[in-house]
Amino acid sequence: MRNFLSDKIVNIKPSGIRKFFDLVSEMKDVISLGVGEPDFETPWHIRDEGIYAFEKGKTFYTSNSGLKELREEIGKYLYRRQNLNYNPNEEMIVTVGGSEAIDICLRAVLNNGDEVIIPQPSYVSYEPCTILAGGKPVFINLKGENDFKLTCEELKSAITDKTKVLILPYPNNPTGSVMGKKDLEDIAKIIIEKDILVLSDEIYSELTYKGEHVSIASIDGMKERTILINGFSKSYAMTGWRLGYACGPKEIIKQMTKIHQYAIMCAPTISQYAAIEALKNGDKDVEMMRNSYNQRRRFLMNAFKEMGLKCFEPFGAFYVFPCIKEFGMSSEEFATKLLEEEHVAAVPGTAFGESGEGYLRISYAYSIDNLKNAIKRLNRFITNLRNK
Amino acid sequence: MREELLSIIEKNSRVDIKELATRLGVSEIEIANEIEALERENVICGYHTLVDWEKTSVEKVNALIEVRVTPQRGQGFDRIAERIYNYPEVKSVYLISGGYDLLVTLEEKSLKEIAGFVSDKLSTLDSVLSTATHFILKKYKDHGTIMEKKKVDEREVFIP
Repeated sequence: MRNFLSDKIVNIKPSGIRKFFDLVSEMKDVISLGVGEPDFETPWHIRDEGIYAFEKGKTFYTSNSGLKELREEIGKYLYRRQNLNYNPNEEMIVTVGGSEAIDICLRAVLNNGDEVIIPQPSYVSYEPCTILAGGKPVFINLKGENDFKLTCEELKSAITDKTKVLILPYPNNPTGSVMGKKDLEDIAKIIIEKDILVLSDEIYSELTYKGEHVSIASIDGMKERTILINGFSKSYAMTGWRLGYACGPKEIIKQMTKIHQYAIMCAPTISQYAAIEALKNGDKDVEMMRNSYNQRRRFLMNAFKEMGLKCFEPFGAFYVFPCIKEFGMSSEEFATKLLEEEHVAAVPGTAFGESGEGYLRISYAYSIDNLKNAIKRLNRFITNLRNK
Repeated sequence: MREELLSIIEKNSRVDIKELATRLGVSEIEIANEIEALERENVICGYHTLVDWEKTSVEKVNALIEVRVTPQRGQGFDRIAERIYNYPEVKSVYLISGGYDLLVTLEEKSLKEIAGFVSDKLSTLDSVLSTATHFILKKYKDHGTIMEKKKVDEREVFIP
């Protein structure tokens, strides 16, 4: 029989954490620190609105770009939180999670061979989506000594004549790093000068712990060259509802909508109704969750300090990214041993790019009690390593 | 800091001062002083444990009693409320708007004891006009805590 598979797909490497799944499946009493989604359930009033939408028979497709009322609420929200003005009718599309938005944005803008700058460590989908869209990923290895922020020098040295898109993933998964207004203004100058488009993945925008999140789209001259991606998964603990959105120049949104229309039709209708409720009445939930994450973040930073584990203080998302270079093992070895010996699951930094080597992603989307247990085991583990 | 501190220990009063200081990003001395002040000001009125007696061999009967009363000149409902809450078997007394005035909750060992309390003590108070007693059959949720089930984490172990 013929080989029916696409070379392009076959050549994309599978996720680096696959083999950890296999290890875990044979273990009991694993404490996980490896999860990239909130531990909170979706707030009840939002779920209730979803149930109500079912009861009212809201079981049909919506318009391709999403319910008008939802788009209007997104517009109000972005204005309220980040002082951004987007027209809900032309500059916005509701997608199946932020992940679909990333995919269709890259597909809408890339021609074969266009280069996409991807700062790493970062979320795992930018590279494959770039390749699938015919683009060429160009990586920037972000550095621990810069707190994993993107610097102007790093950006300049990655830009070529073929550069079309910069992916800007802040607040960052896996490092927890954030870029402030000043950082973004410096970057923006280069982007404008070199005429580049920014795909700004701001899915963790509500989870910052030192000052408010600033979107690069709010900086002078950037709105017309930014696709802002956000969603409901992280801010409202709605991962399973699969709902995100993209905002940007209407010419690009129009092409993205075309792909979305043919590939997806529309984002889940029930989720869209629930999301309207989230945007209208969910501010206090977001604040409650943010406070809770912040307490855990401080708890972990303090625990690392006490056990002498090097870690820069991150102010975003729900991850800390401690450095494990002192133990002389690769991230993968360290994570495997930690899992085998102490049954603690954490993701090696290298799952998010080569520059994650020497680091471990630890999620604090867990209760304090769970974190305490995990820290106890981690502490025992590194004490043993140091005594060897 | 005060409100955040209260909201942590309202859910779990056993969190120690060191942990509170870490989680709130302040010193242990500040936490200790704040708790002392809260206790002094009677903002913190006590530390209790939420027990599901159903799961023990001890028999307990809980009742809610709606009480209609005549308020007293110059003291409104306060005096009659005090008469009622001074009984040790009374667990709580609330002044309520609407169809009746006071909501009294009671904990006793048997239905008989509750009936005795209502007929001998409560109904005989001068300003009590009427009572309606409801027995609690099952507690699903109390003090913001769901009594029955412990939630299990259904998430995958690894998610990028």
